[in-house]
Amino acid sequence: MTSAYLGPLWGMVLRDLRVLRRSFLPLITRTVMNPLLFVFVFTYVFPMIGSGFQPGAMGVSYATVVVPGLVAVGMVFTGISAVALPLAMELGGTREIEDRILAPVPVALVALQKLVMGAVQGVIAGLVVFPLVALIPATPVEIRVASWPLLVAVVLLASLTAGALGLAIGTVVRPQQIGLMFAVVVVPITFLGCVYYPWALLHPIRWLQVLVLINPLVYMSEGLRAALTPDLPHMPTWAFLGALTLATLALGTIGVRAFIRRTIS
Amino acid sequence: MPPALRIAGLTKTFPGPPVIQAVAGMDLEVATGEIFALLGPNGAGKTTTVGVCTTRVRATSGVVEVGGRDVRRDEALVKRGIGVVPQHNTLDRACTVEENLYFHCRYFGFSAAAARARTAELLARFHLADRASGMAAALSGGLAQRVQIARALAHRPGMLFLDEPTAGLDPQSRLALWEVVRGLREEGVTVLLTTHYMEEADRLSDRLAIMDHGRILVQGTPAELKRRVGAESVIELVLERPDPGLVEAARALPGVRTVQPTATGLRVFAASRDGLLPRLVELAVPAGLQDVAVHEPTLETVFIQLTGRDLRD
Repeated sequence: MTSAYLGPLWGMVLRDLRVLRRSFLPLITRTVMNPLLFVFVFTYVFPMIGSGFQPGAMGVSYATVVVPGLVAVGMVFTGISAVALPLAMELGGTREIEDRILAPVPVALVALQKLVMGAVQGVIAGLVVFPLVALIPATPVEIRVASWPLLVAVVLLASLTAGALGLAIGTVVRPQQIGLMFAVVVVPITFLGCVYYPWALLHPIRWLQVLVLINPLVYMSEGLRAALTPDLPHMPTWAFLGALTLATLALGTIGVRAFIRRTIS
Repeated sequence: MPPALRIAGLTKTFPGPPVIQAVAGMDLEVATGEIFALLGPNGAGKTTTVGVCTTRVRATSGVVEVGGRDVRRDEALVKRGIGVVPQHNTLDRACTVEENLYFHCRYFGFSAAAARARTAELLARFHLADRASGMAAALSGGLAQRVQIARALAHRPGMLFLDEPTAGLDPQSRLALWEVVRGLREEGVTVLLTTHYMEEADRLSDRLAIMDHGRILVQGTPAELKRRVGAESVIELVLERPDPGLVEAARALPGVRTVQPTATGLRVFAASRDGLLPRLVELAVPAGLQDVAVHEPTLETVFIQLTGRDLRD
């Protein structure tokens, strides 16, 4: 019976890809704008105008410090804009999701299909953001992949976490609260996600260093830091791999449960 | 062979707040190939019943089987065998008309080639070919409804659920929809439709059940139900000064079955009309008789007799 679910689920993937193709440019623009402007101002404009702003203390340029974090932000942002926003609409007023709820598969799998699509788009977002943040800076960017398997594992887990976060937000938040969600969820997650500084450097502000551990983006940034800039301080491998697995499971469970609650009364 | 649909002891309570008992104990069987209507006012529990039958609402208690399969235990298999046209437009707004049909086929496991062929067939049959590449979001009510029906039939279900299919449609679209439903009878598709238009239930259904407050009040063929009224004619009198004493006086006239006071006057159920009308008029003139209407019993009459209320109340 399980194999009978594959055809319908593949149909849903094809549907999402068709819709994605139609909105590809806006989506890429949204994904790219934030990291593009950030690297442009902080790693190109500032060094060129001789500003004293040079937070890249640890013997490398600041551009090197922010590359992994900005890739992680791109992935999280895509998870939210590619899964949460459309899902909130489909579940809300129009109930467009209904035709897929009535497809001959368990409803939980329809939710998981959304999560996986979000993860796939997260990987694409990472691949799009990476060359931007690595090539634009005026100062040298030192990227060194210490272990390809580690990089693949981090990218996979981080994108699944992004998809699960998108699913959870899209099913829990109502369409009319989307604007508020950006202010209270997206902005804090990105600013306090160890994107612009390694987690270890938060040491002088101990309470903040502990508090940010509830933020899944911290582990995505730190994981990519370990994989792309292994010479900079980063969390131990077991910590970010474990935390990303946990975050995927926890957010995925919340998302699937809320999805079922929203579609089946 | 099991019935197309079997409902036994169904109840559904929404936890709220406020707590709402939408279905309060319901038993029903629909035979294969039958067109069955659930007729009742808004809030009677029709949509909730359809929701349970189509796996989107979980029953509080009771058993619902479609084609002999339990809707809860065999959810995916039940979904494979049914088509659903929900009350509201749930077309995929991000897709074109053609894509709505094509991807629906894919959701039901069609190969790309089979889905393309079926989509072309449906576009032609439902006169949608010139709209194929239009976005679903831009369709008018009648057209959207046509696409929804085409989509619900795309995977060739044995049973189709239509929830208030003509609510909000213009008369022309309504007639066109009735034609489609009659066409399904020829194909042997079982149909369960809900409606609050008694005319629709009367004209379309082989059998129907009248629902109110989450219960079935009565079920049978339209002719059977109308015979139940036990009256040949229903006479409505509109009075300027309704007088309670008039009810008793009218009831005493020969040929009168029952008399109900209404908001505007009296409703008289008559076993025979012979000579009755002049005597009723004579009786009613002192109360300021304004208008008299005589009609045969309708399903609406059946509902009124059972509940004392109009379907539209």
